[in-house]
Amino acid sequence: MSLLQTGQNPGPPAVSSSAAAASEMTGTGSAAIRAERLVRRFGEVTAVDEVDLDIHRGEIYGFLGPNGAGKSTTVRVLCTLLSPTGGRAVVAGYDVATQPEKVRLRIGVALQEAALDPKQTGIELLKLQGRLYGLSRAEIRDRLADLSQLIDIGDALGRPIGTYSGGMKRRLDLAAALIHNPEVLFLDEPTSGLDPVSRARMWEEVRRLNAELSMTIFLTTQYLEEADELADRVGIINGGRLVAEGSPAQLKRSVGNDLIIAHVDGRAEAARRAVEPLSGVRSVEVRGEEMVITAVDGAATIGAVAVALAGVTPVRHLTLRTPSLDDVFLEYTGNRFSGSQIPEGDGRPGGPDNSKRQRDLVEVGS
Amino acid sequence: MISISITAVGGRDRAGIQARPASPLRDVVSIAGRALRAVPREPEAIIPPVFIALFFFVVNIGTLQHLTQSHIKGFDIKAFMLPTAILLGVTGVSRAGSLVTDIQDGYLDRLLLTPVRRLAILTGHMVADVAIACALMVPIIGLALGLGVRPAAGPVGVVLFLLMGCLWSLAFAGFGYAIALKTGNPAAVNSSFLLFFPFLFMTSSYVPRSQLSGWLSVIATWNPVTYVLEGLRSLVTLGWQWASLGKALLAITAVGVLSMTLCLAALRGRTRRG
Repeated sequence: MSLLQTGQNPGPPAVSSSAAAASEMTGTGSAAIRAERLVRRFGEVTAVDEVDLDIHRGEIYGFLGPNGAGKSTTVRVLCTLLSPTGGRAVVAGYDVATQPEKVRLRIGVALQEAALDPKQTGIELLKLQGRLYGLSRAEIRDRLADLSQLIDIGDALGRPIGTYSGGMKRRLDLAAALIHNPEVLFLDEPTSGLDPVSRARMWEEVRRLNAELSMTIFLTTQYLEEADELADRVGIINGGRLVAEGSPAQLKRSVGNDLIIAHVDGRAEAARRAVEPLSGVRSVEVRGEEMVITAVDGAATIGAVAVALAGVTPVRHLTLRTPSLDDVFLEYTGNRFSGSQIPEGDGRPGGPDNSKRQRDLVEVGS
Repeated sequence: MISISITAVGGRDRAGIQARPASPLRDVVSIAGRALRAVPREPEAIIPPVFIALFFFVVNIGTLQHLTQSHIKGFDIKAFMLPTAILLGVTGVSRAGSLVTDIQDGYLDRLLLTPVRRLAILTGHMVADVAIACALMVPIIGLALGLGVRPAAGPVGVVLFLLMGCLWSLAFAGFGYAIALKTGNPAAVNSSFLLFFPFLFMTSSYVPRSQLSGWLSVIATWNPVTYVLEGLRSLVTLGWQWASLGKALLAITAVGVLSMTLCLAALRGRTRRG
C-alpha cells in the first residue's frame, strides 16, 4: 500500500553523508521513518496491526489515538525497545530489527512516563547520558550549555530529580533525549500532565527543534489540538490499525466542508428524514438527540435545516462549525475521541467498537 | 506555572556533535560511577550489613571466648569468627535493589535506548558492588586487628582475604541480580539474602567442621560456604594453606558460575525485544 505524500513537507534537509549512504543502502530514500506492514503481537493480542508509515526527514508526524490504540507500542518498536513481530521498519536509514545499535545512535526518545532516576541529580543524569552516547567531556559541556535554556531549571539541576515537579521532569527528559543531537526525535505524549501554558510552550519548542534543526519528530498524543497545532501530517491509529492519514486540513476536508450540529427534543429519526432531502446536505447522522449534518456550504444550508427541523421537533441548539479532528476521528473510527475515554469492544486492548465504520487505511489527498 | 524557554537548542552544534558507540570500558565505568554515586545517598543499604556483621562478631566473641579459652588450648575465637563476620557483612550486598527501581521507574528503558552494551549495565553494577564490599570489610577487619587478631598469612594474606571476600560477594550478588531482572520485584530481591542464612549456619561458621556431627556434618561437607569459610579462616589462623585456598576459590567459582548463568539468562530475558 503506498502512502500519501502530502506535498507539505519542505523537502529533505541536509543530512550527513553516512546517513545518506545508509538510506541509499536500505532503500529508504528521504524517509526518516518507514514502516511496511509493521506488526507487533503480545500473545494472542495484536497491538500493532500491519501499520505502514512513510515519514520524511524534517517532518513532524502526529500519531493520534486513544489509550490502548497502539501508539506507544509502535513507538517502542520504532525506537528498538521491542522487535516487530511482522513487517519491517527502518528509522534514520537503519532497520530496527537487524541494526538496532545504529538506530539508537540516531534517535532521541522521550517516553510517555519521564524515565528518570530520582536519586541522580539532573546534571548527573545528563552527563551520564552524554557519556553513554560516546560524547567527550567537552562535547557534553557544549551540549549542556546548548540545552540549558531548554531545561531552564537553574540551580535545581544540581538537586536530586526526585525533588522536581512534573514539568521540570518533562523538560529534563526532553533534554536527555536531545543530548546527542538525534536525527529523529520520538515524543510519546510529551505534554501529558502539563498545564495549558506549559503545553503551549512545549509546542513552541517542538516547532523550533523542527524548524531550526530540521529534526524529524514523531509525536504521539491523545490531544487532538496538539496534533492539529504541530503536525505536518497526522496518522490516526485505532485498535492497532492506521485508519487515516493526511495533513490536518486534508483530514478535516475529508469528512465534509461544514458541520451543522442540531440537538433536538425527540423524534430524531423523523428529523433526519426531513433534513436529508435538502439541497446542500451531504449526510445526516443521528446519535441519540444529536444530529450531525454534513453540508457542502453550511452557511447557505443552515437556514433550510432550521426550518425543516422546526416543522418536525423542537430544536434546543443549532450550531454551524467547520470539521475538527474529533470529527475526523469519529468518521474513521465510529467514536468520538473525547481524550482518552474511548470505549473498548473490538477485542483489542483499548480498542473501540468500530465495527460499523472501521475501514482500512484511508489515504486523504488534496 | 512551569516556565519553558523557547530558545533554539543546539543548532550550532548540529553537525559537530554526533553520538558514537562508547568503548566497553567506558560503558562499564559510566554505569559503575552512577551506582557508586548513589551509595552515600542510600546509607540504609550499607549501614545494616556492617552493623549486623560487627554485632555478631562482638556478641559471638563475648559468648564463646571464655568457653573456648578454657577448653581448647591456643584457640583464638576472634580469629576464628572473623571470616564468619565477613561473610555475614558482604553476602547479599548488591545494587540489585536499585536495578529493580530502575525497572519500575522506566530508567532501565532509558538506558536500553542508548547504545550502551547490555552486559555493561550488569557489569557496571557489579563493579560497584565489589568496591562497596571491599569498603564494608575494612571496618570489620579493622575491629579484628584492634582486638588483637594477627593474620597468620601476613599483609599479603590480608589482601587475598579481602579479594576472596569481594569475589564471594560478587558470586552471591549474581542471585540478587537474577531475581531483580527476572521479577522486577523489590520484595523478591530483598528476600534473596534470606536464602543465604541456611547456607551460612549449616557450615563451620561457629565450630570447626570436625566438631559437627550427624546430618549437619554431611550438609556442611556439601555446602560451598564451608570451603569459603575454611579458606578465609586458614589465612587468619594457619597461614598459606594452599589446599584450603584452592577449595575456597573453587567453591566461589562454582557458586559464581551458577549465579552468573542465572543472571545472564535473566538479563537476556529482560532485554529481549521479542
